[in-house]
Amino acid sequence: MNSFSYSRPDDVNAAVGEISEQTQAKFIAGGTNLLDLMKENVEHPQHLVDINHLPLGFIDELPEGGLRLGALVTNADTAYHELVQKNYPLLSMAILAGASPQLRNMATNGGNLFQRTRCYYFYDTATACNKREPGSGCGALTGYNRIHAILGTASSGNTPQCIATHPSDMCVALRALDAVVRVSGPNGDRTIPIADFHRLPGDEPERDNTIEPGELVTAIDLPAEHFNTHYTYLKLRDRASYAFALVSVAVALRLDEGGQIAEARIALGGVAHKPWRNPAAEALLTGKAADTTLFRQVAEQLLDGAQGYGNNTFKIELAKRAIVRALDMAYAGSTQAGDAYKQEDIL
Amino acid sequence: MSNYIGKPLSRVDGVAKVTGKAKYAAEFDAPDLTYGYVVSSTITKGRITHIETSEALSLPGVLSVITHENRPKIAWLDMSYKDQDAPPGSPFRPLRDNKISYSGQPIALVVAETFELARYAASLIRVDYREAPHETNLDTNLHRARKPKSGLASLLKPPPPKPRGNFDEVYAASPAKVEGRYSHSPEHHNPMEMFASTVVYEKDGKLTIYDKTQGAQNSQLYVTQAFNMSFSDVRVISPFVGGAFGSGLRPQYQLFLAVMAARELKRSVRVTLTRQQMFTFGHRPATIQNIALGADSNGKINAIYHDAVGETSQFEDYTEIVPTWSPMIYPAENVTLDYKIVPLDVFTPLDMRAPGGVTGVPAIETAIDEMAYELGIDPLELRLINYSDRNMAEDKPFSSKELRECFRQGAERFGWAKRNPKPGSMRDGHNLIGWGMSTGMWEANQMPARAEAVLTVNGKLRVTSATADIGTGTYTIMTQIAADTLGMPMEDVLFKLGDSDMPLAPIEGGSWTAATVGSAVKVVCEELGRKLFKLAQKIPGSPLAKAKWDDVEFVDKHIRLKQNPAAAVSLQQAVDQNGGAAVWQKSTSLPAMMKQKNYSRAAHSAVFVEVMVDEDLGTIRVTRAVSAIAGGKILNPKTARSQIIGGMVWGISKALEEESVMDHTIGRFMNHSLAEYHVPVNADIHDLDVIFVEEHDDIVNPLGVKGLGEIGIVGMPAAIANAVFHATGKRIRELPITLDKIL
Ligand SMILES: Cc1cc2nc3c(=O)[nH]c(=O)nc-3n(C[C@H](O)[C@H](O)[C@H](O)COP(=O)(O)OP(=O)(O)OC[C@H]3O[C@@H](n4cnc5c(N)ncnc54)[C@H](O)[C@@H]3O)c2cc1C
Ligand code: SF4
Repeated sequence: MNSFSYSRPDDVNAAVGEISEQTQAKFIAGGTNLLDLMKENVEHPQHLVDINHLPLGFIDELPEGGLRLGALVTNADTAYHELVQKNYPLLSMAILAGASPQLRNMATNGGNLFQRTRCYYFYDTATACNKREPGSGCGALTGYNRIHAILGTASSGNTPQCIATHPSDMCVALRALDAVVRVSGPNGDRTIPIADFHRLPGDEPERDNTIEPGELVTAIDLPAEHFNTHYTYLKLRDRASYAFALVSVAVALRLDEGGQIAEARIALGGVAHKPWRNPAAEALLTGKAADTTLFRQVAEQLLDGAQGYGNNTFKIELAKRAIVRALDMAYAGSTQAGDAYKQEDIL
Repeated sequence: MSNYIGKPLSRVDGVAKVTGKAKYAAEFDAPDLTYGYVVSSTITKGRITHIETSEALSLPGVLSVITHENRPKIAWLDMSYKDQDAPPGSPFRPLRDNKISYSGQPIALVVAETFELARYAASLIRVDYREAPHETNLDTNLHRARKPKSGLASLLKPPPPKPRGNFDEVYAASPAKVEGRYSHSPEHHNPMEMFASTVVYEKDGKLTIYDKTQGAQNSQLYVTQAFNMSFSDVRVISPFVGGAFGSGLRPQYQLFLAVMAARELKRSVRVTLTRQQMFTFGHRPATIQNIALGADSNGKINAIYHDAVGETSQFEDYTEIVPTWSPMIYPAENVTLDYKIVPLDVFTPLDMRAPGGVTGVPAIETAIDEMAYELGIDPLELRLINYSDRNMAEDKPFSSKELRECFRQGAERFGWAKRNPKPGSMRDGHNLIGWGMSTGMWEANQMPARAEAVLTVNGKLRVTSATADIGTGTYTIMTQIAADTLGMPMEDVLFKLGDSDMPLAPIEGGSWTAATVGSAVKVVCEELGRKLFKLAQKIPGSPLAKAKWDDVEFVDKHIRLKQNPAAAVSLQQAVDQNGGAAVWQKSTSLPAMMKQKNYSRAAHSAVFVEVMVDEDLGTIRVTRAVSAIAGGKILNPKTARSQIIGGMVWGISKALEEESVMDHTIGRFMNHSLAEYHVPVNADIHDLDVIFVEEHDDIVNPLGVKGLGEIGIVGMPAAIANAVFHATGKRIRELPITLDKIL
């Protein structure tokens, strides 16, 4: 861990100003990811801008019926917020499936968007990693890749540059809900649809997202569509709690009066460098009733082009089965996070 | 009289632990303390060609960077580096030369005025290597398997006995046969507390060392030999250990480095390892086993073949007892066993909770389950058919073996009789439910040990022995034994351990501490009692004046006549008779070899487990487990139960979650953090039930105890694997059983 300077501005403009003035400066919110990475010598910022005193701790209703989540609201306060639980239980469920109570009490909504991959090689400076050190190679590709990506790993060369996944649970639900990220930067404010916020590694694996230097996330907007009756977040992992997803599935369904699926959203976690969706697969469900064969077809289509790298190849079949199960559960309106784990186990 | 022994008492050190008063090795302070940070090799095999330390050294506050190039002279002979648990071979010597023998090897120590500075400076050190090809994969190196060298370690871990009968012939002719290959990945102990040493440099150059260890005297021995110091100049103190599970049976490299730096700088030094560095020394070795069993149609097992190949380092021959468990449990007449090792470019493996036992027993106990299905006999019934009161590996009777009672009580508590043997016959929604069982076994050993007891002038008892308490409850049970032996309340008894100045005790391992140190405590208190009795008799008009030793008992802080409790002298009166001085006794307890040698001595268990397996997703949950234990006399059912529960949790871990994953391309363990090295969390643990079966044994040791540190884990993995088979019809012989193996 290197020495660094530190400041704690009180307003957004000052924070953006400070970050833009310094080279190698970073924002710090809950610190649950950044401090670990600094101690492991993976990140070495020269300056930290502590944003915890910015007025971004709000959860506000939007005039059109949506909800605005301040960047500094903790994951715990978000998950247990009355309006989130009532209107966006999918988000609540996804957040509570992640990390531990202690971590969720510290972790912020903004920080969660930016959390970096849990790839073992990324964390171990003794090994090659294109994300940590562009051009050094990808240790995971030829090494141990149980938790790695099966979708979206292509690069312009023949071999993928990076097969890391984005580890967040919250972001998978945000993707299913079509959330919008609000940012303030040196060039003013803008919004980024969650679909465009995270990116595939391509030839620039060091870039996790499309945020520009100096930009600060101020809030996350949830659209008016709630999906609070037929939804589920199914997370599969190597132990019942406190582990990152091998595969996770967020499903949000809108049914018509006849019980047919009017709209389906399916987002996958643990399979790619960003939460994964496939509109063509979702469209297969429109106007249909529950049907396991159809669900399997949807799953096949969602995993179209999936590629395993050895230790993670099992994820392809696991993801398909998880999709079928999650669709079953969401359609039935059962909110359990998978039969294998009772809700109270996860909390 | 026993007021305390056998009672479920809370830990005497519990309050100190939960209030933070209990201090661990890295928490002791010293004036002018400096901090060391270890630099670890990034390659697995080869040579350091250049190590650049100038940038690190240029930082103000960095005191020294010690490497193989500038280290002070250290002992030359291998002998000088042998600790009490060293296997045959040439022990690893930190900073010996430029040779790299495994990934993560310590190659430099940075010492600075603060920990943060040392850590930062360490990141500035540049190392050039000349790499050599490495081999870390046991599976692809089986052709290099060889017999281990024998040495002192072979006394405690003998090679398997010679073949008996004729396995090939009898197996070929057996109507029922099973055959399988069983394996598990390496595992690291990963106690909560990182390895750490705080070396206090005293004015006269003497060292007081706070070390994380399972044997303060083992660390003392190591330091005196490696640095050519006298015993009186090195004192090692280790009152509390934040878990060790065997990892503290050998001094770890931070001790060596901290001592070297302290002597070089003539200042106190603390070195603490990081979690990642906790993966750079001993571990449970990956092991591959083959088993073949032949039985007659009644279920009598007549032929056993069991071989095992474990990994070791290139410098020491670490071994375990693995195949020998088969004939220890099952009395077949035709047995062939084999045990070999493969040297790889890894650190030497190290004993880890039930070493060898939780390797060999789960393999044979899975094979037995397979045989039960082959024969169509209930797995419990098959074990009863093959029950034996003799250990056929040594051809000796057991000193006691209440395993039959474990089977009976465990099965009843679990409801085993209701089991439908058909795989996949029970379900709840998407969950397949399976019931499995296993036998467990672990040796009951006793070592020589010494203890000291002092009754102070104000009538308090202090007992000491240089053993360790790694969280097992040693402090508590020793206090109970001492209090009961002298008829004192526990509040008046202080038991102390973990100091090399104290009377000799062996390293705290092998589940022998209760038996070993417990016996020493009992003996020293009895002998102190004799002294007190003599003093009591000298009191003018003593009611005990004419009494014989056998006529008296120690009750309620008094020595009194058994026949006439009113004829009593208080312990205080007895001490007062000592001319103003405390009464002091030091004693040795030796195992009764002549009595023990004709018997095989072991603890046993019967384990019953229920699992739920999601039929599509492969997730496994252990919903219920019952362990019935025959572990001799239970000194304290509360701490004993905690030991067994801990073992059961670890059994779940071993069966379903735990493995150190090596990237063989680079020869490095990669999941070296507690986020990715999975052990159970609360949500993984459900209903755990422990039964202690009555077992009387006066051969094992005077206390009749067998030790409970390891027996809790041994039976769990096979019971779980067998339950998974019962649920799914899938026989998984490779641990851990992660969900991908079920898909
Ligand atoms: C052991 C462990 C287990 C975990 N398990 C899970 C899990 O199962 N599922 C899961 O989803 N997560 C898990 N997490 C990750 C956790 O959710 C993240 O660490 C957390 O969300 C990060 O939030 P933070 O506020 O602490 O971010 P910080 O660590 O403060 O910051 C992270 C990054 O975000 C940047 N940043 C923060 N806020 C802003 C902002 N407003 N604008 C721009 N940049 C910003 C920082 O500069 C930094 O680069 C786990 C973490 C740990 C340590
Ligand atoms: S997968 Fe990505 S993060 Fe992991 S080693 Fe390869 S490049 Fe680095």
